Amino acid sequence: MSKNYYDAADLRKFSKITDWSPELGNKFFDYYGKVFEEGALTAREKSLIALAVAHTEQCPYCIDAYTKDGLQRGITKEQMMEAIHVGAAIKSGATLVHGVQMMNKVDKLEM
Amino acid sequence: MLEEIPMKKSLKARNNDIAKTARQMEILSSGIFATGELPTFAAKIKETHQFPLRPNKLEILQINLGYMCNQVCGHCHVDAGPDRKEIMTVETMQQCLDVIKTTEAHTLDLTGGAPEMNPNFRWFVEEASKAGIKDFIVRSNLTIIRANKKYYDLPEFFKKHNVHVVSSMPHWTRGKTDKQRGDGVFDKSIKALQELNAIGYGLEGSGLKLDLVYNPSGAFLPGDQQALENDFKKELKTAFNIDFHSLFAITNLPISRFLDYLIASDNYEEYMTSLVEAYNPSAVTNVMCTNTISISWDGWLYDCDFNQMLNLKVASTVKHISNYNEAKLQDRNIITNQHCYGCTAGAGSSCQGVVA
Repeated sequence: MSKNYYDAADLRKFSKITDWSPELGNKFFDYYGKVFEEGALTAREKSLIALAVAHTEQCPYCIDAYTKDGLQRGITKEQMMEAIHVGAAIKSGATLVHGVQMMNKVDKLEM
Repeated sequence: MLEEIPMKKSLKARNNDIAKTARQMEILSSGIFATGELPTFAAKIKETHQFPLRPNKLEILQINLGYMCNQVCGHCHVDAGPDRKEIMTVETMQQCLDVIKTTEAHTLDLTGGAPEMNPNFRWFVEEASKAGIKDFIVRSNLTIIRANKKYYDLPEFFKKHNVHVVSSMPHWTRGKTDKQRGDGVFDKSIKALQELNAIGYGLEGSGLKLDLVYNPSGAFLPGDQQALENDFKKELKTAFNIDFHSLFAITNLPISRFLDYLIASDNYEEYMTSLVEAYNPSAVTNVMCTNTISISWDGWLYDCDFNQMLNLKVASTVKHISNYNEAKLQDRNIITNQHCYGCTAGAGSSCQGVVA
């Protein structure tokens, strides 16, 4: 067993999740595969969304996977970086918007 | 004076160990394939009873006119470059012409290096076109058309002989293209494509065929060919008013310069794993070695251009163009090794793009 919590090689073992619960594991992978098919959004657009979410979720496996997926689709590094900024903007905005709650509380508590 | 693209030297000129085909074969047969971490290609195709691989109907004669090139691309499986002096002689060309006149193949595919740099290229094209072959392909790197005045009229020459031009273009952006193929390649390629368009090549409904080849610019596989073609068409039309017919997405095979890159960048194992994981048995049925014979600059016969670069001559009593016998050649087992995973990954890969 690895001494690290994250090991890049573990991504290749992802499909083994089905070993200990085939029914749920297979349902997940069927769903996952379906989500990323061409639909109202293109597979390319979905790949960029996945890359942005991979960063906000801070999942190193997903970052590796969707960086490679983006390159395979011909997505440029500038497009990938912009997608990550979208994720970062929402993440920081989500932090900051809670400031309104702080302000509301201050206004309520202070005389 | 030939205007060269700023470049490095070939692996051969650098005396790089990987320039030796025996060393490449050793790498491909050891490590993760020797430990059993990944199955060998032979074991994999045995699973679907496709071993040994045998030829189907012969459709394509691919002739390599020489390894000389004005570019030194980072992924080149030929290890081509200006320092490579291997060039097909007129004598060997004549032997090829004798075969072209009698072959059942409907497509003649000239490649290199830059085939146009062979001093007898034009004579060979003129003579070969008289044989009335159905599809006559020249794989042009595009920049050769702008490399020297003596090549400026190549588009007209291609048109005169109704040559089907197939050209490499790894991306529609300058940065990615130049990184793989050398500084300045993108701008010269764009100019060459515009010149080909100007005389009718690549236009909708035009019989003058112009196709592009996409190779991934790194240690990853090509995405969906149709989606890439759509993106290339949109981007090249919008930015440069360029038209072309089809885009062939070709996987980089782990040999020669690309193998050197994979090892140097510590991507070899992950790349081979990606190829094996993407293995598609239905791609094996139509893989290009089943319908192609590859002929080297010195007349030897191979199952494909990749086997040529690994010096894996056909497993047949007929091994050279001088005693070519199509019936005997077609009755052979195709030589495979781990590099063949490159042609069977995903939708498959060949010089004509996807196969599955």
